[in-house]
Amino acid sequence: MRGQPQNLSSRVMLDRRHFLSHLAGLAALATPATTFTQSLLANVADLKKRHKSAILLWMGGGPSTMDIWDLKPGQATGGPFKPISTSADGIAISEHMPLTAQQMHHLSIVRSMSTREADHQRGRYYMHTGFVPNPNVEHPGYGSVIAHELAESIDLLEIPPFVSVGGGSVGAGFLGATWAPFVVNANGTVKNVENGIDQQRFVQRLKMLGEIEKRFINEGRGDLPEDHRKVVAKAVRLMTSSQMDAFKVASEPTAVRERYGETNFGRGCLMARRLVEVGVPFVEVNLGGWDNHSGIFTTLADRKLPELDKAMSALVADLAERGLLDDTAIIWMGEFSRTPTINGNGGRDHWARSWSVVVGGAGFKRGVVVGETSADGREVVSEPYSSEDVMASVLQAIGVPLETTFRAKNGRPMKIANGGQVISGLFS
Amino acid sequence: MAGMAEHTLWQGIRWRQLVMVVLLIGTTGGPNCPETVLAAAPSGASGAQTVAPQIAFIDERIEAGWKDTGVTPADQATDAEWCRRVYLDCIGRIPTVDELEQHRRDRSRTRMINLIDRLLGQEYVDEFARHWANVWTTVLIGRDTNNQLVSRSGMRKYLTAAFRENIPYDRFVQELLTATGENADREGAENFNGATNFLSGKLADGGIQATAKTAQIFLGIQVQCAQCHHNPLRTSPGAKQNEFWELNSFFRQARGLRRFDGGRRVAWIELIDEDFAGEGGNPAEAEIYYELKNGLVKVAYPVFIDGTEIGRNGLLPGGKLGARAGGVNRRQELARLIQGSPLMPKAIVNRLWSHFLGYGLVNPIDDLADNNLPTDPVLLEGLADRFVEQSYDLKQLIRWLVLSKPYALSSRISSGNAADDPAGGLPPRFARFYPRQMQAEQLYESLLTATQADRAEGAEAARRRDVWLSQFVIAFGTDEGDDTTTFNGTIPQVLMLFNGDLVKTATGLDRESFLNQVATASRKNADKINTLYLAALARRPSPAEVRLANNLLMARRGRAVEALQDIWWALLNSNEFILNH
Repeated sequence: MRGQPQNLSSRVMLDRRHFLSHLAGLAALATPATTFTQSLLANVADLKKRHKSAILLWMGGGPSTMDIWDLKPGQATGGPFKPISTSADGIAISEHMPLTAQQMHHLSIVRSMSTREADHQRGRYYMHTGFVPNPNVEHPGYGSVIAHELAESIDLLEIPPFVSVGGGSVGAGFLGATWAPFVVNANGTVKNVENGIDQQRFVQRLKMLGEIEKRFINEGRGDLPEDHRKVVAKAVRLMTSSQMDAFKVASEPTAVRERYGETNFGRGCLMARRLVEVGVPFVEVNLGGWDNHSGIFTTLADRKLPELDKAMSALVADLAERGLLDDTAIIWMGEFSRTPTINGNGGRDHWARSWSVVVGGAGFKRGVVVGETSADGREVVSEPYSSEDVMASVLQAIGVPLETTFRAKNGRPMKIANGGQVISGLFS
Repeated sequence: MAGMAEHTLWQGIRWRQLVMVVLLIGTTGGPNCPETVLAAAPSGASGAQTVAPQIAFIDERIEAGWKDTGVTPADQATDAEWCRRVYLDCIGRIPTVDELEQHRRDRSRTRMINLIDRLLGQEYVDEFARHWANVWTTVLIGRDTNNQLVSRSGMRKYLTAAFRENIPYDRFVQELLTATGENADREGAENFNGATNFLSGKLADGGIQATAKTAQIFLGIQVQCAQCHHNPLRTSPGAKQNEFWELNSFFRQARGLRRFDGGRRVAWIELIDEDFAGEGGNPAEAEIYYELKNGLVKVAYPVFIDGTEIGRNGLLPGGKLGARAGGVNRRQELARLIQGSPLMPKAIVNRLWSHFLGYGLVNPIDDLADNNLPTDPVLLEGLADRFVEQSYDLKQLIRWLVLSKPYALSSRISSGNAADDPAGGLPPRFARFYPRQMQAEQLYESLLTATQADRAEGAEAARRRDVWLSQFVIAFGTDEGDDTTTFNGTIPQVLMLFNGDLVKTATGLDRESFLNQVATASRKNADKINTLYLAALARRPSPAEVRLANNLLMARRGRAVEALQDIWWALLNSNEFILNH
């Protein structure tokens, strides 16, 4: 919420009060009614409580990090791109990332990632969860873990705590559907939110529905009937919430939209900022097209990097300007990277042995590089880090205790971030 | 629903019928009212005169399990509850008011048998085939509607025909594994064979997906991890890396030729077998290579998971060279080996058990590994043997499951079976019926059944269903063609039922609509409300629900039609509607 209540227009508030007056005293909808009341009665101090959030910029397909964050000029493996200096002392990145170069004092690079999953699906799962795929258990991904852990601080949130812009996220696994990603496209279109019927009549319908659901729940048939009622309550909250405006990127001034770039990824990043602003603890924005087995350098220089550069730099700068960056962790990564060897088609293939991820904001130390690869980029020559370590570090940066242990459905205890170690170089 | 208006469901009730009405209503007493038990039929079909020995076997084993683990089974489901679940599980939709009434009127001791025999018989053969074609389309090719290498309509066409004929399961497996021909049923197709769609989209990278999915679906074993390394958690077949590649070798003669129709998009695939020279270039020793984790390269030839070798020749028997050189058709050999494997009947029995009883005898259902123990190994094996004895007849297997005791139990938990909680990770004991979300396809068809919202037929109906379902599908766009659905238990699902077009149509007052027919009939409002309840939930309203419905009638100030719209909307959105319970 971050001190945004003044953004709620008085018209919206009146509508909500009107709506609430109908709902008051409805046993059948006890949860939403109580929550509505709470959210209205919550005092200003609570509303101003600072919420932590994280934004994952997910690069589907496996981007070549040695052409972006860890250049090897002059090497046979290095490719044609030149490094440029950045706003962070001693850090150079690709010449095709000039705008992000000016924001590097907010970000840090881990150049010693070394993982073993070089298959898209397995890599996507592993980098999202910290676990390798296992047929007997579905692990929750970043968004679900963080939404779940920050749940107590988001009681004022009326929209889903984990928004995935453009799909591609890993789901909630054993944490359950409550923490599943709410998937929207980059235009922020949320389908079927408008019902076009009179509000009073809608409330009467909900009363009827509440009675049918209550009766069925009371018959004692396990958790599913009750789960459904909870999701219904959330859907109602969402339908009537002014926070839904956060999805409407089109309402931003033209200058802001142009700053992020009029691309799907640009709109996604802008939406991420708007969502974080209203208190959503986790947003994932997808940018695909990094599976560059052929013609990698023209693809990167002409299309992928300009799109990434514009949106990512705008997001970091905008969060910083609005005072949100200190509470918002940023993670940039894909499922793996690409071979140092340039193949016969001028492309690079899948490579997980030595690569980079980028983090920033929240509790992270900024403007530093952690780890190092060999001169040709084929080996990590400092302490190697894993998906588990990155996840542990992100949790540390937003204040989630690493002692947290989940219990999977089969009763097996499971450490948060699979027991990964915090990357000490990312913290002062 | 034709004839809905003329038969006056609850008028002129005589004494005998009154008893039945009470039985059907059952639940109107609210949560504290004990579930009505049908005294004439103690459990499952065992109250009927003829209990097939296979059903008796299931009941015996399950009851022994209850005794061993100290659980007592839940009460019987009511007749209407049982009827609703049989329709949902057998033909993929809820029963209409007429169908419920027909079942209610059958008071014979064989009424459960009568119903299942009708659903498996000629009367419902189209709906049976449509439902099982849907189920198997998802099993075989997932839910992604954008894969150019797969024709969903082609797949469905094959499956519909197969389930219409109820072809034996062993032949079904063989046809899917050995199919050749064109995958799409386009105009002018010369050798269309929809069964090719199982493999047409899985042959990339030497058929890694074909290998993994074949093992998983037809043998119930997980080999995909072994593609890159020995699976240290397993000792079962398919856990070693060489086993993955030996199984993969069977697919190396299969080729999916991409055919274009002027555009850049693949128009259809022609699946063929052709001579395989091997990666070493010697067809008599047609080998493939794979890499160990340490970088060492090894060789693999076709060897089945039980160790059976089929020779190394990569040439086809019918080809110019193969005829002389002792060629083999590797896919046909694979189909033969799978048909002879004890895992095949176990895998299908477990899959169907899970379909009807909510959980498999082994879970996950396609993981029959040695270290993943079934609820009752004797039951799984015994049922698999009986299925083989009955010539792999899927309808027989369905009949046994539907008429078994556990399938007839209530989904209401009682103290004696609260501990039977597979959701908590314990092996299921089937001491109660586990409620579950309808599959998206079942919900769609049930909405159409309850509302008559869409009267399209055949291919057009299937296309519209695909469009509707596609809003919930996320394809990951990887080489593997993975997809997922955001359907079950999510906010988008609730919003879709709240405000989506389908439900808008269903609650609309279009002249053709079910709601309009009910609303405009010359009957009392109470009768109309009853009809809506029966259509959606297979029960009548409770007193509290009647009170609320009356409140709605008052709120709408005599515009009864609007009140009925509101009630109908609430019913279609309820947990009780979307759950199979």
